[in-house]
Amino acid sequence: MGVRVIIPTPLRVYAGKRDSTEVKAATVGEALGRLTTEFGDLRKHLFTEDGKLRSFVNVYVNDEDIRYLAKENTPTKDGDTISIVPSIAGGIDLACCSCWV
Amino acid sequence: MASGPTLKISAEIAQRIREHGAQSYPNECCGALLGRDADASVGTTGAGVTLPAREILALFPLVNRREDSPRNRFSVTAEDVRDAEKAGQEKGLDVVGWYHSHPDHPARPSQYDREHAWPWYSYIIVSVANGKPQEMTSWRLSDDRSDYACEEIAIRDSAVR
Repeated sequence: MGVRVIIPTPLRVYAGKRDSTEVKAATVGEALGRLTTEFGDLRKHLFTEDGKLRSFVNVYVNDEDIRYLAKENTPTKDGDTISIVPSIAGGIDLACCSCWV
Repeated sequence: MASGPTLKISAEIAQRIREHGAQSYPNECCGALLGRDADASVGTTGAGVTLPAREILALFPLVNRREDSPRNRFSVTAEDVRDAEKAGQEKGLDVVGWYHSHPDHPARPSQYDREHAWPWYSYIIVSVANGKPQEMTSWRLSDDRSDYACEEIAIRDSAVR
């Protein structure tokens, strides 16, 4: 038994259409590292180019947001569930050149 | 931009998105698109005719959480996403995308939209000019996050773009 990682719907296509996978990991960072090693196409959607978790990627360990724990150093143990949950954002570029005048 | 698949939507749901955009003006509106996604393998027929790959069957309107700058930003929290997914599951549907409005701006994804987008989801944008809904478009982020593909919106039997 390892740590179960639940993959959000928009990323399942990059993970062999799986909704979850199991990894051996002692921290959240290690689990996400193993996940993106197994499914390399997930990396650019979860992490920025300098390796930081994207701001709209939310990670929970057993329903606790890791931002309120030890972030990616949050410890994990066999039987834990890590959920990756999207948040959604967008809007207008006020300085964009194609805007209406 | 590359051409993408077709997004099927009823006239009633399309109208509700436009109305939400108008009601929220001058702020941005947002909400979840609940529906079904056809398997990619049935995206085209043997004759090369494109079939609707995704159908929107219900909406889950949300409150724009960006209270600091709601006129040019929208935000859907992880809790809202979970609520939308739960609402979809109760109807036997998935969250297949999101909609938002661009007040007094075209229905084109901004750089900010692209930087914050997820792949796979359909992103419907409705432009609202002086409180009146205008063009509505749908987009999907490319696999490498570099661009958006325009997704044709098919309202009942007639395509609007």
